[in-house]
Amino acid sequence: MNPNMTLLIISGVLFACGVYLLLERSLTRVLLGLLMLTNGANLLLLTTGGYAGLAPFFAKGTDPKAYSDPLPQAFVLTSIVISFAVTGFMLALIYRTWQLGRADEVADDLEDRRVAAQSGWVPEDDADVPEDLSEFVNREEAAAADRAALHSGRQKVHAQESLGQESLGEGELE
Amino acid sequence: MNLASLAPLAVVLPIIGAAVTFLLLRQERAQRIVSISVVAVTLALEILLLASVWGGGTIAVPIGQWIPPWGITLVVDQFSSLMLVVSSAVSLSVLIYAVSQGMADGDKDGPISVFHPSFLILIAGVSDAFLAGDLFNLYVGFEMLLTASYVLLTLGGTTARIRAGVTYVVVSVVSSLLFLIAIAMVYAATGTVNIADLAVKLGQLDPGTQTLLHTMLLIGFGIKAAVFPLSFWLPDSYPTAPAPVTAVFAGLLTKVGVYAMVRTETLLFPGEDLNVPLMTVALLTMVVGILGALAQTDIKRLLSFTLVSHIGYMVFGLAMSSVIGLASAVFYVMHHITVQTSLFLVAGLIERRAGSASIDRLGGLAKLSPLLALLYFIPAMNLAGIPPFSGFLGKLGLVQAGVTLGTPMAIAVVIAGVAVSLLTLLALARVWARAFWRSTDDAENPDAALLAPTHRGSMPGAMVGATAGLVALGLALTVFAGPLFTVSEQAAKEMLDRTPYITAVLGQQAPHPGVAQR
Repeated sequence: MNPNMTLLIISGVLFACGVYLLLERSLTRVLLGLLMLTNGANLLLLTTGGYAGLAPFFAKGTDPKAYSDPLPQAFVLTSIVISFAVTGFMLALIYRTWQLGRADEVADDLEDRRVAAQSGWVPEDDADVPEDLSEFVNREEAAAADRAALHSGRQKVHAQESLGQESLGEGELE
Repeated sequence: MNLASLAPLAVVLPIIGAAVTFLLLRQERAQRIVSISVVAVTLALEILLLASVWGGGTIAVPIGQWIPPWGITLVVDQFSSLMLVVSSAVSLSVLIYAVSQGMADGDKDGPISVFHPSFLILIAGVSDAFLAGDLFNLYVGFEMLLTASYVLLTLGGTTARIRAGVTYVVVSVVSSLLFLIAIAMVYAATGTVNIADLAVKLGQLDPGTQTLLHTMLLIGFGIKAAVFPLSFWLPDSYPTAPAPVTAVFAGLLTKVGVYAMVRTETLLFPGEDLNVPLMTVALLTMVVGILGALAQTDIKRLLSFTLVSHIGYMVFGLAMSSVIGLASAVFYVMHHITVQTSLFLVAGLIERRAGSASIDRLGGLAKLSPLLALLYFIPAMNLAGIPPFSGFLGKLGLVQAGVTLGTPMAIAVVIAGVAVSLLTLLALARVWARAFWRSTDDAENPDAALLAPTHRGSMPGAMVGATAGLVALGLALTVFAGPLFTVSEQAAKEMLDRTPYITAVLGQQAPHPGVAQR
């Protein structure tokens, strides 16, 4: 069987234009692209049924070349109904997009943008580990730091105690 | 009368239910009763179907007495009936969850009355795809479930859902178109769309043509199953939908794609010419998916990425085309449908209890609601593959199959699989540590619902019950893993043998196409 070249070429052109339109950001163009793609697929299905222009007729003894296969026509019919429904739904979606945002464009996923923009450093996960917690600290330095810390701690305690006594003294005076 | 001749009812009953609920648009109570009872009856019927093919046997049901390969044929075998039972059980609990949520919320989320008809059509589409004995009927099943899913995903028409809906609809239509083009080419090459007939005839084609048809079908199904690099639409669109809708999508829709891939790989193109590319995409799906999950802070988005990642395991199982690999894939599909759906339901409960699904804004849930913590913990450990659970058993089977096969690619995927399993644990443990374990005080600008002293009515009993039921089903898969794995193995054997399927559809005199087993 030689397929009908005209139909195949038209189908190919529809696919090419459809893919081009599908890659646009405007929703109406995307919808037009989808329509072209579905029609291209329908034409392709139709060409699988045999010679163009013959009736889908079958009776015993008919020459196989004298009629076309009815099955792809049934397929095409189903696929037309489905694409009709989907087109209606897409139009409703586009209208709703327009209503909500006065825009006819494919919108960005905001959460996706946010995740992509975040740095790899998460404060909660990464900041828990203090930066100076190394096992290879110089011992003498560490001891000096400890003494200093202890000393300043004692000083603080003394200061607080004397403060407390003062306030206690004030209380007694009153 | 043979019980299996009731198989069409699995598709017809939900459609009738959809029509009835559509007539009852204003009576929500009647709608709920009708839809829940229809799904329950369908589930009971499918259990009977499973019982009739348990232990072996394939039954073909020609519709309207049109003899195969001319008419539409529905085929019930072990794989399809297992899928039917699991999918209906999951749909039933999601439906109860959704009804309870709708009753608690009133009409807040928009036209809930449209929910029931769409949901039932979705179930009918899923059943039709599982039962389809010819490629075009499979296409129609896909279109039914997709069209219903468009409505469910954009329920209420809010800005976020419309944005997600546009992407989802365009990607789905393109994948269906690729499938339709593949059907046209298959029909042009062989003159038939009946799967059993194709199993006989495709092998006689020129190898180049075979590879073309094979690749086109796999790309079409790969988009639906969210296999890398065709998976980017999924985490973009799923998380915006209402929790029960996301749950049922995550459980069922991608698995229908995986189911179609399994049928393509076993019945239509049993050769091994695309096994290495399939293993490569399986590896990439696992790794890329889980790395995406680690970057997320929103629980629903995180779960969507783990969903993509775990599709890789199933693709790996079927890419090995060995009995144990395929059996593990069958088992893994059942496990994953149940566990992933229950995790999404739990995410919905967290959102209700704490007012947010972002792990930065959560904290202290283990103390506030120990039941919720338990409901999250069990399926999370199950998904990550911690030993006693079914996730571990499925992964063990896959690892064993990969090591038995022993090619460098298979070993690489096995190593990646184990690593991804650990990373899944890390991702889910991160949610655990933030949302459940840390103190409520650590939560960054927590929602008022989290801090509220009383939380009456934030988790209605039926929602918790439905989630608990599904978690219990996941545990049952672990407890009854022995018999289930045996039946998965038989299903895998039958699928790789191909003759039971072909003789069941075409009759005893059908030509034997040879065995696909390695």
